[in-house]
Amino acid sequence: MPPSPCAICKTNRALILRPKNHQKLCKPCFLSVFESEIHHTITTNNLFHRGERIAIGASGGKDSTVLASVLKTLNERYDYGVELILLSIDEGIKGYRDDSLETVKRNAQQYNMPLTILGYSELYGWTMDQVVEQVGKKGNCTYCGVFRRQALDRGAARLGVKHVVTGHNADDVAETVLMNLLRGDLPRLSRTTSIITSTPSAALANPSSSSPSSPPSHTNIKRSKPLKYAYEKEIVLYAHHKNLDYFSTECIYSPEAFRGSARALIKNLERVRPSAILDVVRSGEDMARLVPGSDEGCGGGCESQGGNGGQIPVAEEEDGGCGSSGGRTVGGDMAAVERQLALNENAQENGLEVEIRTVGVKSQGCERSDSLRSDVVSLVNGKSGQRVKGQAFTPRKTPQRQVMGQCKRCGYLSSQEICKACVLLEGLNKNRPKNQIEVDGHGQEEANEAVDAIEVGLQQVKIEGI
Amino acid sequence: MSETKDGDTIPITVEFTGGLEMLFSNQRKHELKLPAKDESEEPANIAFLVRYLCENVMKDPRKDLFVLDDSVRPGILVLINDADWELEGEDMYEIQRRDNILFVSTLHGG
Ligand SMILES: [Zn+2]
Ligand SMILES: [Zn+2]
Repeated sequence: MPPSPCAICKTNRALILRPKNHQKLCKPCFLSVFESEIHHTITTNNLFHRGERIAIGASGGKDSTVLASVLKTLNERYDYGVELILLSIDEGIKGYRDDSLETVKRNAQQYNMPLTILGYSELYGWTMDQVVEQVGKKGNCTYCGVFRRQALDRGAARLGVKHVVTGHNADDVAETVLMNLLRGDLPRLSRTTSIITSTPSAALANPSSSSPSSPPSHTNIKRSKPLKYAYEKEIVLYAHHKNLDYFSTECIYSPEAFRGSARALIKNLERVRPSAILDVVRSGEDMARLVPGSDEGCGGGCESQGGNGGQIPVAEEEDGGCGSSGGRTVGGDMAAVERQLALNENAQENGLEVEIRTVGVKSQGCERSDSLRSDVVSLVNGKSGQRVKGQAFTPRKTPQRQVMGQCKRCGYLSSQEICKACVLLEGLNKNRPKNQIEVDGHGQEEANEAVDAIEVGLQQVKIEGI
Repeated sequence: MSETKDGDTIPITVEFTGGLEMLFSNQRKHELKLPAKDESEEPANIAFLVRYLCENVMKDPRKDLFVLDDSVRPGILVLINDADWELEGEDMYEIQRRDNILFVSTLHGG
C-alpha cells in the first residue's frame, strides 16, 4: 500500500488509523488530537475546578500512566490550576507490585507529582499474601477488589483529597454497558456510564466508629474518568508513541480471563466495526437517562448539568478492584450474574485478572443460584447464546435506586448494614474461608469448565519502556 | 517482492510488548531470519510471520492468547515500522528486509 498522508497536516506520513472515525494521522497530530479530546472531555463535563487537589489512582499500568501524563500536559497547557498527586495501592502481594510500584515511583519523578503508596496491611490489617494464605488462590480476587475499592477513597481522605480520577477508558465503559444490559441492571447502568460519581454527603450523617482505618470523611470522595471516551487502542498507541514508562501485569493469584469474556466481545466488535465501542458508550448514556428515578442521572453526557447535578452516587461495588461482588438489597437473584461480570469488568482497569468461579459474600441469598450460575459461566465462557436467553434478559422488577447507608462497623458507604470489606474481614478474622465453601455444590461443573478454559497460570511481565 | 528473490531469508526485528512478551520467553525483542517464501512459495507476509512465530518462536503452549481463528487476536495491535498494520494491508503486508514488526497487547492491566 502506498503511504497515506496525515489527514490534518497533509504532509507527514500517517501512522495511526483512528478507530472512532477512520482518520489517518501522523504521530504529532495524533498526540495532539488525543490530548485535545481529553481536554474537551474535562471542560465540557466540568470535571475540574481551579485550586482542586486531585489524586490520580496510579497502578503503573497503561491507563493510569497515560492519564497522569496527559493531565500534567493539559494542566500546564490550559492552566487548569489543579494540583495533581499520585495515589497507589499496594495489595501486599510479594513481588507483584514491586515492579509496578517502581514504575509509579519513576512516574512520580517524570511528572513531578507527589506519590503516596498505601498498603492493605495499613488499611485492613491483612496483606493479600496473608489473605491468600487463608483462603487459597481461588476467590481471593474478591477480597482484593473489595478492599481496593475502599482503599482509594480512604487513601484520598487521608491525604485530604476529595477527588480521585481513574484511568477507565471507553472500552471499559462499553464493557460495563453491555454487561449491565445483559443483567438488566438499569440503575447500575446509570452509575457506571456516568463520568462523575460521588458519594452523597448524606451518608456522612454519623460520625464513624473509632476504627483507625476509617476516617469519617472517606465516603465523600468524588470520582471521575477523564479517559472515558478514549479508546484503549489509542491509549496504548499514545503510550507507545510518547514513549511512556508503563508496566503490564497480571494478578499472579488468578488466571487470565480473556477468552469469551465481555472484554473479548468488545474487542471483536471493534475489529468488525471500530466505531462500535463509542456507539455502545453513547447508547449506554442514552439508556441511562431513561432509568426511572435517576433524576440526577444524565449519564455524564449531559453537558448542561452544572455543579453537582451530574453526579451519581457510586455504589460500593461499582469499581476499583480486580474483583468485587454484588451486595444488593434487591435483585439478589441477579447478584450472581453481577458478581461474576463485575469480576471481568474490573479486571482490565487494574491490571488484575480474575477467576470465573468466585462467589460473593455470604449475605447474598443462594436461591436460584444453580441456574443463574450456569448462565454466568456460559456467558463468561462465550456460550451466551445457549443459556442466557430467557433469564439473563429478564429485567429487574424494581429498577429503583438502591438505598445507601453507612456500614455500622467502619462507616463506609454501603447498601448493607455491614459493608463488604467488613464482612470479608470478619470472615478472615474468624479464620473461615467463605468464598471457597460457597462455590461447592453450585454450578461447580460449569465453573470448573470455565476455569479450566481460562486457567493460564501466573505471570508477571516487565515492560521495558517502549 | 523483488527484495525477497535474492535470498532465502529476510532479516527482521519482531517485538512484543504490553504483556505479550510473556508468551515469547519473556523477551521483548527478537531478531529473526524469516523464510522469504511461505508454504506456497508466495512472498512472506504478516500472516505467514504469525504462523512462523507460533511454530518456531513461541514456546508457550497458549497459542490462543496470540492467535485466534488464524488471525492475530483482537486486542493485539500490530505496528509495521511504527505504522498501524491496517494502513499497510494488515496480514497481507509483504515483509521487507529489516522491517520492525511490533505486537502490543492492549488486553493487559491498566
Ligand atoms: Zn499530521
Ligand atoms: Zn465496613
